[in-house]
Amino acid sequence: MAALTGLEQPVAVPAARPPGRLRVWRGVVFLLAAAYFLVPLGASLWYTIYTPTAGVSFSAYGELLTAEGFASSLVLSLSLAVATIVLALLLTLPAMLAVRLAAPRLRPVMEVICTLPLVVPPITFVAGLTTSLRNGTDLLAPTPFWATLIAVQNPAFPIVLVLAYVVLVLPFVYRSLDAGLATMDVRTLVEAARNLGASWPHVLFRVVIPNLRSALASASFLTLALVLGEFTVARLLGYQPFAVWIVTISGSRGQVSVAVSILSLLLIWLLLLAVSTVFGREKK
Amino acid sequence: MTAQVEFRGLRRVFGKTVALDGLDLTIEPGQFVALLGPSGCGKTTALRCVAGFERPDSGAVLVDGEDITNVPANKRDAGMVFQSYSLFPNLNARDNVAFGLRVRKVPVATRRAKAGELLELVGLPAHADRFPHELSGGQQQRVALARALALEPRVLLLDEPLSALDAKVRVSLREEIRRLQLDLGITTIFVTHDQEEALSIADRVAVLRDGRLEQCGPPAEVYDRPATPFVAEFVGTMNHLAGHVSGDKVTVLGQLLPIDGAAPGAAQVDVLIRPEAVQVTPADDGRAEVLAASFRGASVRLRLALAGGEVLADVPGHEAARLGPGTRVTVRLVERPVLVAERTVTAPAPQSVDADAV
Repeated sequence: MAALTGLEQPVAVPAARPPGRLRVWRGVVFLLAAAYFLVPLGASLWYTIYTPTAGVSFSAYGELLTAEGFASSLVLSLSLAVATIVLALLLTLPAMLAVRLAAPRLRPVMEVICTLPLVVPPITFVAGLTTSLRNGTDLLAPTPFWATLIAVQNPAFPIVLVLAYVVLVLPFVYRSLDAGLATMDVRTLVEAARNLGASWPHVLFRVVIPNLRSALASASFLTLALVLGEFTVARLLGYQPFAVWIVTISGSRGQVSVAVSILSLLLIWLLLLAVSTVFGREKK
Repeated sequence: MTAQVEFRGLRRVFGKTVALDGLDLTIEPGQFVALLGPSGCGKTTALRCVAGFERPDSGAVLVDGEDITNVPANKRDAGMVFQSYSLFPNLNARDNVAFGLRVRKVPVATRRAKAGELLELVGLPAHADRFPHELSGGQQQRVALARALALEPRVLLLDEPLSALDAKVRVSLREEIRRLQLDLGITTIFVTHDQEEALSIADRVAVLRDGRLEQCGPPAEVYDRPATPFVAEFVGTMNHLAGHVSGDKVTVLGQLLPIDGAAPGAAQVDVLIRPEAVQVTPADDGRAEVLAASFRGASVRLRLALAGGEVLADVPGHEAARLGPGTRVTVRLVERPVLVAERTVTAPAPQSVDADAV
């Protein structure tokens, strides 16, 4: 009995203690993480609304909405994001389905190709792109394709940026969709639908996509976030989407540029929230 | 809504593996045929050729005499139930059953009614609003069956639909499938590697091996009169005993038994004996000994050592007590015509000489 009691004690005490201790640790970690994110954010916010001379004022935000280029660069970024999402999904989803259903052996090849953009630094990528565009213009000058090449570079809606972004987001889109496809038995579901008379488009829209919602949502998330924040490629190719515009005006008006960063952060949060509610309805 | 299905010289090769090697088989309207064979014998490939998921390299699949080999899968009139759970996860049971009707643009009211009817038919009238993840494996396969029947296909294809289920559900569901099939009179092809399953529900059992048909016949015939040694081995269990032919009879274990079928040319043969045709009686001076006994409830399978060899015997379960390992016994074979095959095995050769002397 005595031996038993002696054994019990050390077991009983740690059993009682960890929850309390764990809670404390959890709190500490949470606070640290929160501070890491919130302190810079709070400091930025304070910087935008307080000046020693004028005190607290929201004039920087007011100025922002009327500043030249705000609306146009934001609209450009958002439309680039939408176009990139659509094009990237249109390219990858059918290709991934085809590989899974018809040529499973090509999966490693596809994986390598889709992951490749992660390895190439954007600066290299854009240098190559610039050279190609310049040489392409020279080469294609006598042919009708010249007009196409010029149209692709239209500053109002630079298709060339969409194409570049599709390459950049490829690894993220591929990973998301691959994870989504792994959660279901694609082959059996497709065959079951075919057996019930469904045409290929019907299979895609009524069977595959509805079961791939969360994967499509996360692919879209990542693409949206990446495109809205992308600076290097857009800047070096000479376009002015949102990120480039922020940097451009930050030189002249410090307060406004920080205000715009905070606003864009808020905007992206709202957009992500919207995307997740749209795609998240499936969970009942 | 029933049809004749015919495989004509079906051949399909995957890389170096020959899945189907000239399969010829005709399934009469309304028949329930089980394609039975070990894994890799081509039975699933044959089924997938009917469904249109596999295209044969040569040969043809005919339904009611019409060549459907090149018809796309979604234009074929064959309902299929898959081995793995294949319900659409985003749809509830009713919508799963109504999927095919929706594809055909049947009005909502009609397809809801039809789906309800079918769910009732498979015994799940109260589960229409459940999603696949809220159903058990057996229930999912019932819904899959209802879904396959919703379009009233001419042929029902079952690709090992019971293999993912546990033993009890498997037996009850297979009986239900059979009952449904008889009610609807639908031509059914059932792929399985479980010989008991095949024998218990099919009108005819087609045994496949290496992409070829070994034998096709009623279950009793396949079991009692296997056409080839392979069928004899694969369907049920067979003892191979050495025998000596004299005229139209054969001497085996000291007994003279009539030969079933034509007498073979050679004098030394294998005699094929089912375990249940071996009678075992305890006897202190018996020449055989029980090596091991495995209890199976209704029966006990005994492994017996005879001079020079081993024999399997099935005896009623209640005899287990007096036939434990180590018991001396005498062995007799049931007096009925036996199958003989060419001498292929090393089986109790010396023992047969011994037995002759008994």
